[in-house]
Amino acid sequence: MDLSILAALNAERAARRATVLVTDVAEGTQRLVKAAEIASDPLAELLDKQLRMAKSAMVEVDGKPIFLTVQAPHPRVVVTGAVHISQAMAPMTKLLDLDMIVIDPRTAFATPERFPDVTLLTQWPDEAIATLGLDAYTAFVALTHDPKIDDPGLEAALRSECFYVGALGSRKTHGRRVERLAAAGFDATAAARIHAPIGLDIGAVSPAEIALAILGEIVSTLRGPRRTSA
Amino acid sequence: MISTDTDILSIAEAWAKSGRSVALATVIETWGSAPRPVGSHLVIDGDGNFQGSVSGGCVEGAVVEEAVDVIADGAARTLEFGVADETAWKVGLSCGGRIRVYVEKVN
Repeated sequence: MDLSILAALNAERAARRATVLVTDVAEGTQRLVKAAEIASDPLAELLDKQLRMAKSAMVEVDGKPIFLTVQAPHPRVVVTGAVHISQAMAPMTKLLDLDMIVIDPRTAFATPERFPDVTLLTQWPDEAIATLGLDAYTAFVALTHDPKIDDPGLEAALRSECFYVGALGSRKTHGRRVERLAAAGFDATAAARIHAPIGLDIGAVSPAEIALAILGEIVSTLRGPRRTSA
Repeated sequence: MISTDTDILSIAEAWAKSGRSVALATVIETWGSAPRPVGSHLVIDGDGNFQGSVSGGCVEGAVVEEAVDVIADGAARTLEFGVADETAWKVGLSCGGRIRVYVEKVN
């Protein structure tokens, strides 16, 4: 392996960007395909499939043995709202190997006692998100029911490449939210990225069931074929 | 903690940049109950120092030996191990699988 390829691969990883290293095992030749280059790559379909599963694999291309070293950033879930549903999500994200970050400026809600195992930020969402950065391996979930807290988070998420954006609330609540977003300059296409009502339709009632529905939807969006609308 | 395979790639880069001769071993295929998944890495230097794991300890010795040869002649090669042999049982591994490991020089 060229040291320059290894260095480029590590740099992409540090920047939380995906890469696939394509190695012809018989010839010993290699090339690095960055996330942005996958769509135009001759092996696009194959690379995209492996990347969605975040799995390295041996494949055969034109009779040649090719090894794909897949480097997918660790997916994470950023939530506004240190509420019951996010409390239920915390142990579930741990089992699913997702990093979870909870943002809530209300320090009575956002306490380490209620959230022992997650990163807890008590800044306002726009401030917290500016530091965190939202990328293509981040899911954003708005759970407070309070536009003062949820809306700045949603606006940041819609301006980012987040793979999933979801917001809690009934259709009526969401209708008002879309109106507010429109007033802030987000068109219908942008608003359509928001999964609302949030979560898979499993008839969830309790906070834990809603947490399950949300995480089911996040995993399906992460691993399933890319969708163009919500 | 050095736990992930990507950390191993950072170590490989750091070792190479500090002037050490380096080889990288990668699990490219597994059959049966192989102990480490496809994509697992082991980094080896010219003196036989290593970090990471391709089999959880079972065949590291053999991979390190081959890696020293790869560093010497520069030619990448693919190694295959059946991990359910006599030795594996003696050291208490619950294998029964086989793995293929690609070893290449970093230069």
